[in-house]
Amino acid sequence: MAEQMSDDEGQQSPPSDLDFTSNKARTCIVTGSVSGHTEFQSPYPDQVLENVLENVLHFLTSRRDRNTASLVCKSWYRVEALTRSELFIGNCYAVSPARATARFTRVRALHLKGRPRFADFNLMPHGWGAHFNPWVLAFAKACPWLEKVYLKRMSVTDDDLATLAESFLGFKELVLFCCDGFGTSGLANFVSKCRQLKVLDLIESEVSDDETDWILCFPEGESHLESLIFDCVECPINFEALERLVARSPSLKKLRLNRYVSIGQLYRLMVQAPQLTHLGTGSFSPSEIAGQGDQEPDYVTSFAACKSLVCLSGFREIIPDYLPAIYPICANLTSLNFSYANITAEQLKPIISNCHKLQVFWVLDSICDEGLQAVAATCKELRELRVFPVDAREDSDGPVSEVGFQAISEGCRKLQSILYFCQRMTNAAVIAMSRNCPDLVVFRLCIMGRHRPDHVTGEPMDDGFGAIVMNCKKLTRLAVSGLLTDKAFDYIGRYGKLVRTLSVAFAGDSDMALKYVLEGCPQLQKLEIRDSPFGDAALCSGLHHYYNMRFLWMSSCRLTHQGCQQIAHAMPRLVVEVIRSADEEEMDVCDQTLYMYRSLEGPRNDAPKFVTIL
Amino acid sequence: MSSENGKRLLETDAGGLNFEATELTLGLPGEPRVTSDGGAKLGSKRGFSETVDLKLGDNNQEVKLGHSLQEAAKSPVSKTQVVGWPPVRGFAKRGKKSCKYVKVAVDGAPYLRKVDLEIYNSYQQLLTSLEDMFSCFTIRNYLNEKKIDQVNGIEYMPTYEDKDGDWMLVGDVPWQMFVESCKRLRLMKSSEAVGLGLTTGPKYASTN
Repeated sequence: MAEQMSDDEGQQSPPSDLDFTSNKARTCIVTGSVSGHTEFQSPYPDQVLENVLENVLHFLTSRRDRNTASLVCKSWYRVEALTRSELFIGNCYAVSPARATARFTRVRALHLKGRPRFADFNLMPHGWGAHFNPWVLAFAKACPWLEKVYLKRMSVTDDDLATLAESFLGFKELVLFCCDGFGTSGLANFVSKCRQLKVLDLIESEVSDDETDWILCFPEGESHLESLIFDCVECPINFEALERLVARSPSLKKLRLNRYVSIGQLYRLMVQAPQLTHLGTGSFSPSEIAGQGDQEPDYVTSFAACKSLVCLSGFREIIPDYLPAIYPICANLTSLNFSYANITAEQLKPIISNCHKLQVFWVLDSICDEGLQAVAATCKELRELRVFPVDAREDSDGPVSEVGFQAISEGCRKLQSILYFCQRMTNAAVIAMSRNCPDLVVFRLCIMGRHRPDHVTGEPMDDGFGAIVMNCKKLTRLAVSGLLTDKAFDYIGRYGKLVRTLSVAFAGDSDMALKYVLEGCPQLQKLEIRDSPFGDAALCSGLHHYYNMRFLWMSSCRLTHQGCQQIAHAMPRLVVEVIRSADEEEMDVCDQTLYMYRSLEGPRNDAPKFVTIL
Repeated sequence: MSSENGKRLLETDAGGLNFEATELTLGLPGEPRVTSDGGAKLGSKRGFSETVDLKLGDNNQEVKLGHSLQEAAKSPVSKTQVVGWPPVRGFAKRGKKSCKYVKVAVDGAPYLRKVDLEIYNSYQQLLTSLEDMFSCFTIRNYLNEKKIDQVNGIEYMPTYEDKDGDWMLVGDVPWQMFVESCKRLRLMKSSEAVGLGLTTGPKYASTN
């Protein structure tokens, strides 16, 4: 869902209006009196209309619709700003906290995104930025009724958590996705002060172990908790405190445990909370303390009692012997995440053969093509599949290939989103998927060996990706890999008219490839490129479009300093960052990363030394 | 290149080696030039180790090391690991325990390596792997005195920086505790270590 909310439309106005010499119809619709001097007449008719407008606009939830409505006239702009309760900002540097809080004064929910995605793969030094701090301070002053914060790839400190807890009295929901900068002591402080907390979701975030017992710090008495997700927290927790917390959280629906929770402890929690709809099982193995002769609880019963369970994940240190415990709930599952479970096809089959309702499935390639065939045979409702590599190296054996891929395409016709890591692929299989799964919105294929051609024909993978953009008319997100010539990008430019996010690595022959894309894809918002032979000329071919984009990332390509300077001069509302490796001082720009994004604020003032803003 | 040549390169020809390092890794910010996947079984197959190992089977390797990344990447023989590829999130190591990459510095070497401590089960495995990686050096290995080749001269003491920022001798604490507290490794020249009074062997050298 985060993927769908990718458009950066939380800014003040669409990019064509960045200069504030609006070419849209901003003329004020004269309300009430015809004379035009509405301000000096009785405010009553205007007020009525504004009240009506306010009531109507409350129903407008889509931020794109809201952005459009705000352009109608000043009156609508004002009312829309007053009624926007959920503020989405796709790039925290595109607009300042001051500007955001000045316009939107009644925001209840804030959704902020920071670092670009390639930062997840060690392509950006630590300390680049995306600090939550200025935002929390600004909102603490201007919008104290903020209830929900969702952050993605931002740095959040313990102090920020403290500010959240202390400044927003009714604070209810905190979701941190791929964030860092805080620790268990910050969490402890936060949970102890947020008495209305309903949601605390820590997802794939780095939480430092300050050896503080944060679970114990939840206030006593009945809790309002509906969701507690901490599977990424890499430190032991106080289980007894957790058990008591779960027992006093009657509204708890989502619970995802970390790997320090054993299966025996899981059992005890499930007994307390059979109403759970989302469960992350923790380690799914016994603790070392459990002796051989100990009576093991009846795990099957505990799962059977959870009649509402639809989403299952965890299995962080799985002992496959325990898998049969989940049989009772397979038939109800709509989402199953086995991406930490190193299991074989044989171990998967008895589970998956019962998962008829499954819509989301994340798994490791340890299940091999055979496992994927089993998925294809049963999961006819599958919408999203992610296959991750156990062994994420280029030259490892590939347990999955075009065989499993094709099987999925034939069995799961409703597929909308796929992420597939493999060592070998064929154009034929990709073309087959493009025909079998016309509803594809997200297509991410990662052939792990760089520049690897079609495994059977030895040809580049151009035709396969070409077929995807041609046949999957709803495609908005694409990640390419394997041996690709400029032709693949020609296809993308010609047919990928709805593509918003494109990821390119080790691909293309020349500047033409990038030109095709920049000239051909009008909806392109996010473009991330690494290690591809694109130079300044290609970069310049996108000048007409960069204000429409959230960002462009290019690392280890063929850019020069002058090329980047040219762009910076040509486009004053673009922030052009050149990021060097933190260790190196003298490097060609080839070795550096270009990261540029539109912004209303100009160069940021928190850039570290290794970032140069042109 | 013979192993002697390799030794000479690592010990004295810092400039030359850096050139090759630059050639190989066209600017992948934030990481040391060559990222090793670590592991006793892998160390001997990777990057520069090839030039110093006696495994001269893949002579092609040496030639290709001098080429640009682009060409090296297209060569099926090249096995240089690239930072951030494949794009699987670092803290989502799946199917294995969380990986723990630490930098390994060797006194006198112009570049660092990285090893994943989680893939070893004992000090023995780690030190063997380090020996493979820097096989021109002899690493002071308490575990098996016979391996020390004093003839080739320089001895190295494996030390590490722990969570508190202190430099410790490798081998004093149980293996798992070491893995959890180790932040970086340094192979220190024994001559420097003399002053530290590290005369007695580590406590856990022989366990695990």
